Amino acid sequence: MINGTVVDLSRIQFAATALYHFLFVPLTLGLSFLLAAMETVYVTTGRSIYKDMAQFWGKLLMINFALGVATGLTMEFQFGTNWSFYSSFVGDIFGAPLAIEGLMAFFMESTFIGLMVFGWERLSKGQHLAVTWLVALGSNLSALWILVANGFMQDPVGAAFDPVTMRMQLTSFPKLIFSPDVQSKFVHTSIAGYVTAAIFVTGVSAFYMLRRRHMALAKRSFRMAALFGVLATMGVITLGDALGFVAASVQPTKLAAMEGLWKAEAAPMPFNLIAFPDQAKHENRFEVQLPDLLSLLVTHSLTGRVRGIDALEGQAERKIENGIPAVQALEALSRDPKDAAALAQFDAHRSDLGYGFLVQRYAPDLSKVTPAQVSEAARDSIPPVAAVFWSFRLMVAFGLLMLAFFGLAALYTLRNSVQEQTWLLKAALWMIPVPFLADEAGWLVAELGRQPWTVFGVLPTWMSASTHSVTYMAFSLIGFIALYSIFIVIEMYLMVRAIRVGPSEHGDPGVHPAQPRPVLVGRPVPAAAHGTRLED
Amino acid sequence: MDLYAVAQVIWWLLLGVLLMGLAVMVGMDMGVGAILRYVARSDLERRVALNIIGPHWDGNQVWFILGGGAIFAAFPLIYATAFSGFYVVMLLLLWTMIMRPLGFEYRSQIAQPAWREAWDWVLLVSGAVPMIVFGAAFGNLFRGVPFHFAWNLTSFYTGSFLGLLNPFAIVTGVLSLSLAVMMGALTVMNGAEGAMFQRARGLAQAAAGTGLALFAIGGFWVHAMPGYRLTGGPGEGVPQTPLQQAVTTAPGAWLANFGAHPILWLVPLAGFAGMIGAWLAARAGRSHLGWWLGALAWIGVIGTAGAALFPFMLPSSTDPSMSLTVWNSSSSETTLLWMAGFAAVFMPLILWYTGWAFWVMRGKVSAEKIARGDEHAY
Ligand code: HDD
Ligand code: HEM
Ligand code: HEM
Repeated sequence: MINGTVVDLSRIQFAATALYHFLFVPLTLGLSFLLAAMETVYVTTGRSIYKDMAQFWGKLLMINFALGVATGLTMEFQFGTNWSFYSSFVGDIFGAPLAIEGLMAFFMESTFIGLMVFGWERLSKGQHLAVTWLVALGSNLSALWILVANGFMQDPVGAAFDPVTMRMQLTSFPKLIFSPDVQSKFVHTSIAGYVTAAIFVTGVSAFYMLRRRHMALAKRSFRMAALFGVLATMGVITLGDALGFVAASVQPTKLAAMEGLWKAEAAPMPFNLIAFPDQAKHENRFEVQLPDLLSLLVTHSLTGRVRGIDALEGQAERKIENGIPAVQALEALSRDPKDAAALAQFDAHRSDLGYGFLVQRYAPDLSKVTPAQVSEAARDSIPPVAAVFWSFRLMVAFGLLMLAFFGLAALYTLRNSVQEQTWLLKAALWMIPVPFLADEAGWLVAELGRQPWTVFGVLPTWMSASTHSVTYMAFSLIGFIALYSIFIVIEMYLMVRAIRVGPSEHGDPGVHPAQPRPVLVGRPVPAAAHGTRLED
Repeated sequence: MDLYAVAQVIWWLLLGVLLMGLAVMVGMDMGVGAILRYVARSDLERRVALNIIGPHWDGNQVWFILGGGAIFAAFPLIYATAFSGFYVVMLLLLWTMIMRPLGFEYRSQIAQPAWREAWDWVLLVSGAVPMIVFGAAFGNLFRGVPFHFAWNLTSFYTGSFLGLLNPFAIVTGVLSLSLAVMMGALTVMNGAEGAMFQRARGLAQAAAGTGLALFAIGGFWVHAMPGYRLTGGPGEGVPQTPLQQAVTTAPGAWLANFGAHPILWLVPLAGFAGMIGAWLAARAGRSHLGWWLGALAWIGVIGTAGAALFPFMLPSSTDPSMSLTVWNSSSSETTLLWMAGFAAVFMPLILWYTGWAFWVMRGKVSAEKIARGDEHAY
C-alpha cells in the first residue's frame, strides 16, 4: 500500500514542475512561429528591419528557451522517478509518444535552434529561413506528441488491459493518435501558445513605443503580433468550445465540475456564470445563472442535457461493485496465469477494473468491502469542483479579455495610430501576464478535472505513485522548489534586462549599450539616456 | 525466434545505440564543461571553448532525453523500476543537468567576472556529476540492485543511497568521467588553437590513460564477481511478468556470454583499441582522428557491459528471480514494432541533419571575432 502523504507530495511535485514547465513552453511555441514569419518577410522583401526584428525577438526567445529545456528534462524523467506504477502500467502506450517526440521533434528543434542562433553568417538567407521554420515546426511537433500522451490519460483509447502481463497494452496506434481529445487538445494548446507570444510581443513593443524608442521595429512587431493575435484568440476560443464538447462525452465528471452542476435539470439548462460550489453538501451556495446557455454551449442544442454530479456518483457506485470481482480475479491470475475460472471472472468484469482499484484505497482486502467504503470511493470519483469551476471561469474570462484587447490593438494598428493611444499601450503592458495565467488555469482544469484518475476510468491516482518514503519526497520537493525559484529570478532579471537594452538596429554591429542598471519595467526612463533614435 | 523476440532484441540493440550516442555526444559537451576551468584560463578562452560546442550542445542533449523516452517506450518496467529505485541519484542527475542549459545560455548575458565565474562552476559540476552517475549506474547493474515486486507489480526499492556508491561503481563512474574528459579535450583541440590546444592535448592523453587503466581493472573485477544466470521461465518472446522465472548467481557468470560466443571478445578489444588510438592521436595532435577513436572507445566500453549482462537489464540483488530481462520487461509486440518503424525513419534523418549542422559550423572558433563582440556568440 502506498502512503497517502507520499501520493499527495508526488502530486504537488508533479503539478509544480509541470506548471512551471508550462510557463516557458507556450512562449517558445508561439514566438518561434512569429520569428519565422518575420524572417520570411525579411527574405522575401529584403528589408533589413525584419532581420533586426527576427534577431531581437530571437534573443528573448533563447532566454526563455533555456528554461523550457531545463524544466522539460525534469518532466521526461519524472514519470519514472515519481509515478513508477503508472509508468509500468501504461508505459506500453504512454512511452511511445514520448519517445517519438524525442525522435521527431526535440532533435529537430534543438539541432536547428543552434544553427538559427550561430548560423547567421554561415548559412545563405534561404537556408537560414528554412532552419528557423524547422525550429518552429519542431516545437509544435513536440507539443503534438506530448499531447497525444496526455490525451491518452484523459481518454484512454487504442489500448486494452492484458491480464497476462498485468498492464495496459497498445491495440491500435492510429486510434491513439487520432483520438478526438488529442486533436482538439493539440490545436487548442498550440494556439494558446500563439496567443501567449502575441501578447508578449505587443506588450514589449508597447513598452518601446511608450518610451519612443526603436519606433520602427516596435510598430512593425506590434502590428504583426496584433493581427496574429486576433486570429489566434478566435481560434483558441473556438477550439476551447470543442474541448468542452469532447469532455462532455468522455469525462462527464470533469464537465460537471467545470459547470458546478450537482443536479441535472430539464433542458434547456442554465449556465452558472458565478457560483460557490460546496463539495460536502453537493450544492452551490450562491449562483448567478444565464438561462439556456449550458445546453447551447455543451451540446450545441437547446434540448441537450448534461448529467449532474449526484447521478454520476450513483453510476460510480455501480461500477465499483462491478469492478471488485475483476481485481479479485486478477490477484488469482497473478498466482496462476492459467487459472481458467479466474480468467472468465476477469473477462466478465474487466470494463470496470479501474473502479475496483478505486475502492481498494479504502478496502485493501476486497473480500471485506463494506457499503460505506463503496460510497466513500464513489464520492471520491468526483474531482475538486470549486477549483475546476473557478480555473475554468478564469481561463474563459482571460480569453474574452484578450479577444477584446486584440480587437482594439488591430483596429488602431491598421489605422497606423497605436503609437498615439497611450492608454492602449499601457494596457498592452498590463496584459503580459494574462495569457500565462490563462495557460496555467487551463491545465488546472484539465488535470484537476481528471482526478481521481491518472488514466481516466482505468488507473486511480492513489495507486500510481512510486513507493518512496515521506522524507525522500519532502527532500525532492524542497529541492525542486528552491532550484526553480532561483531559476525564475535569474530568468526574469535577464529577460527584463534584455528588453531594456533593446534591439541593436540596422547592422551597426555589436552596439551593446554599456550595462544598464536593471530598472523595473513600469518606471519611465528619460528617452535620451538610451541614445534613442526617433523614427517615423 | 519468433517476431516478438526479434523485436525485443532489436530494441535492446537500439537502446545500446542510444546509450552510445548519449555517451559520445553528451559526454563530449559535459567533458568540455568539466575541464573548462583548466583548459581555458581567461574569459575569452572560456568563451572560445563554449562556442565550440555552442551550436550543438542542445541537439546533443536530446540523445539523453531520447534515451529516457526510448527506455520508457520499449522497456517500461525498467524505466519505472530503475528511475524510482535510484531516486536520490536521479535527483542528483536531474538537478545538475537542469543547470547546464542555463550555464550555456546565461553566462554570456552579463560581463561581470563574478557572474561568469559562477556559471563556470555550474558547468563544471553539471559536466562531471552526471557522467559519474551514468557510469556508476552501469557499475551497479553488475552488482544487482535491491528491489522486488508485489503481486500487481508495484516495485519496492530496499537499498540506501550510499549503497549505490560502492567501490566497483566508483571505478565505473570514474571510467565514464575519464572518457568524457578525453572526448571534451579532443573537442577543444578540434576548435581551438595555441595554448588551449596544448593544454587540451595533454589532458586528452592523461584521460585516455586513466580510462585504459580503469577499464582493465573493471574487467578483472567482473571476472571474480558473482554473475546472474537465467535458469528457467516462460522463455523468449513470450508475454510475461518478472514473477515467473528462475535465476541463479555464480562467480564469473557475467563472462558466460563471452565463453559461449568468443567473437564477443572483439567488443572489449574495440574499447581498448579506441582508448589507445585516441591517446596516440592526441599525442600526434590529430584531434579529429582522435575524436572518432574516442567514440570507438565508448562503443567498446558500453558494448562490453551490454554483452556481459545480456539478457539481464536490471538484476535484483534481494530476489534474483525478479530480475528484469529483455524478455520480461519489454513493451508489447505492437508497440515495439510501431516504434521500430519510427526509429527506422527518423534515426537516419537525425544522423543526416546532425552531420550537416556540424559541417556548417566546422573549423576553428575565432577568438578575435568573439573579442570584437560577435552578437551571435556565447
Ligand atoms: C491563452 C490561453 C488559453 C485561453 C485564452 C483559453 N484556453 Fe482553454 N486551455 C488552455 C489555454 C487557454 C491550455 C493551457 O492550452 C489547456 C490546458 C490543457 C489543454 O489541453 O489546453 C486548456 C484547457 C482547456 C480545457 C480542458 C481540456 C481537458 O479537459 O483536457 C477546456 C474545456 C478549455 N480549455 C476550454 C476553453 C474555452 C471554452 C476557452 C474560451 C475562452 C478557453 N479554453 C480559452
Ligand atoms: C505542461 C503542462 C501540464 C500541466 C501544467 C499539468 C498540470 C498538472 C497538475 C496541476 C497536476 C496535479 C493534479 C493533481 O492534483 O493530482 C498534474 C498531474 C499529473 N499530470 Fe499533468 N500537466 C501538464 C501536462 C501533462 C502532460 C502532457 C502529461 C502527460 C504527458 C501529464 C501527466 C500528469 C501526471 C502523470 C500527473 C500525476 C498524477 C495526478 O496527480 O493526477 N501532465 N498535472
Ligand atoms: C502540453 C504540454 C507540453 C508541451 C506543449 C511541451 C512542449 C515543449 C516544447 C515546445 C519544448 C521546447 C523547449 C522550450 O519550450 O523551451 C519542450 C521542452 C521539453 N519538454 Fe515539454 N511540453 C509539454 C509538457 C511536457 C511534458 C509533460 C514532458 C515530459 C514528458 C515534457 C518534456 C520536455 C523535454 C524533455 C523538453 C526539452 C527538450 C529539448 O531539449 O529541446 N514536456 N516542451
